Amino acid sequence: MALLEVNDLKTHYRTPSGVLRAVDGVSLSVESGETVGLVGESGCGKSTLGRSVLRLTPHTAGRIRFDGADISEFGDRQMKPVRRKMQMVFQDPFASLNPRHTIGRILTDPLKVHGFGDRGERVRRAREVLDAVGLPKGAYDRWPHEFSGGQRQRIGIARAIILSPQLIVCDEPVSALDLSIQAQILNLLTRMKRELSLSYVFISHDLSVVRYIADRVLVMYLGEIIESGPSAAVWDNPSHPYTQALMQALPDPARRKPRTADLGDLPSARNIPAGCRFHPRCAHATDLCRKEPPPAKVVADGHLAACHYADTDGLRQ
Amino acid sequence: MKPAVEKILDVRDLSIGLKSFRPVQNLSFSVRRGETLALVGESGSGKSLTALALMRLLPEVARIAGGSATFMDRDLASLSEAEMRKVRGSDIGMIFQEPMTSLNPVLTVGRQISEVLRIHEGLDRRLAMARSVELLDLVRIPEPQRRVHEYPHQLSGGMRQRVMIAMAVACSPKLLIADEPTTALDVTIQAQVLELIDNLCRDLSMAVILITHDLGVVGQWADRVVVMYAGRKVEEADPETLFSRPLHPYTRGLLGASPRMAAGISYRDQALVEIPGSIASATMATGCRFAPRCDLAEPSCLAADPDLLEPAAGHRVACPIVVRRGA
Repeated sequence: MALLEVNDLKTHYRTPSGVLRAVDGVSLSVESGETVGLVGESGCGKSTLGRSVLRLTPHTAGRIRFDGADISEFGDRQMKPVRRKMQMVFQDPFASLNPRHTIGRILTDPLKVHGFGDRGERVRRAREVLDAVGLPKGAYDRWPHEFSGGQRQRIGIARAIILSPQLIVCDEPVSALDLSIQAQILNLLTRMKRELSLSYVFISHDLSVVRYIADRVLVMYLGEIIESGPSAAVWDNPSHPYTQALMQALPDPARRKPRTADLGDLPSARNIPAGCRFHPRCAHATDLCRKEPPPAKVVADGHLAACHYADTDGLRQ
Repeated sequence: MKPAVEKILDVRDLSIGLKSFRPVQNLSFSVRRGETLALVGESGSGKSLTALALMRLLPEVARIAGGSATFMDRDLASLSEAEMRKVRGSDIGMIFQEPMTSLNPVLTVGRQISEVLRIHEGLDRRLAMARSVELLDLVRIPEPQRRVHEYPHQLSGGMRQRVMIAMAVACSPKLLIADEPTTALDVTIQAQVLELIDNLCRDLSMAVILITHDLGVVGQWADRVVVMYAGRKVEEADPETLFSRPLHPYTRGLLGASPRMAAGISYRDQALVEIPGSIASATMATGCRFAPRCDLAEPSCLAADPDLLEPAAGHRVACPIVVRRGA
């Protein structure tokens, strides 16, 4: 049984200018020990989806099963023991650590909330975790501002693993970091996963980072998953025109000064196009695309693409 | 060969000083007419400060502490503020990373582009507005007649950056300095903006200094690349050479650290190359600033600044060790 199973999840917001459908009918599963990458551009709903599955953002409809229990309607009291098992790492390591708390306090507070041991045990556990993420012993008594971006992200990871969770949602954990630091953090996440048998939902706008870190990739567009599959399969054979456009837009030094198709801007999630959501930006769109939302088609084993023409050769590049 | 004519900007031994240290030291590079030169490096490399120094827009705490920047026979470092004001916007255009904070939110984009034209070209209001519409069309904004009357908040991020580009090229500058022009944009928009800059560069025979941390962008769009680390140039080459035969340990580390450069690998197969430590270790007064993070470092690396060597024509590297090893 999957560790996390999400069924037809919707997270809508009422706004003065209409209903914003941030997440609009997403189903996904994360197996134990698996990393699922969630990729898409800003505004596609990937962060809202990540927060919704953790029950940090109220969803509008749909079911969330975690570790065998349907947690979709759990109240705060019921959620508390579940929260220990599902954690989050945020993008901005500057904004996600309280500047008025020492690293020790940041790490021991969650232990206290969840009734872990006595004070001595909590301190010992915090020091153990600091060591595991590669921070010096002295970090315990220091303050967030004394650390660089990469080190702060290590603290964020330490906080996420301290309660020995099963699932961590990582929301753009390396996007704010310099390249040389990115690699350190990606390697650390890989090592933590191995040592602690974690599962990750890894959210990123960067297809190449997701290709590296994820076992399976979900490509999100305007609140929906439009392609999913093993990350190698999606990378080698992107089958939805949107995924193909994302791949083409990746700056690859092997392609000098390329011509790129002008996709125009992303439509608003308050005003989602009828039929296939991607049709106004798709070079292959037909009348069918303008009328009928496409079903997810199987293009290979475990590889799905929600395009009317995904299984025809014409679209393959 | 007329190298003197070719070079539109020639920066020699530029140093930028803060109170107690020099975030940029003895930086030399040149830009030829119509060429795109990339300055690539991570935060703290001094690449943005270099751009601000060239525009003489350094924050008050910083100053040009030495060297020269010869732009069309004039040293930008020693021009008066009045002369510099004429250069900015008219001979050298600049675009910044965050188009929302660089545009005035309470003026229409037409007003903002017009202002450049009225100040530098002396156009009247009507002519400047008409020219603004042409410029919006040039940067491929659809329905320019309508958009010219809109405010920045009515435009998407990609369109705002196009407006910034329109302002920067309004007076057909000889040099465009683009500081992380696409970092805040989505990849699909990024590709379009970079293509636009490249086209304008050709159509207006403009040279471009492209400042970025993104190696993929460098590889795709630059004609020449200067890799910076902690305020110094560590390597310079054309992108093909740099990507196929990187020499400096820092450049090699960066290329190995990037999942994008190692396209198609998975965490299951191999770990990414890590450059240990952080740029915060580069505080020494003399010696190679990368030495504390470098696995090739020898005691001599810290004794004196590394010379810039040229092991192959046009390929320069500030590391005697890799050159000695012939690797």
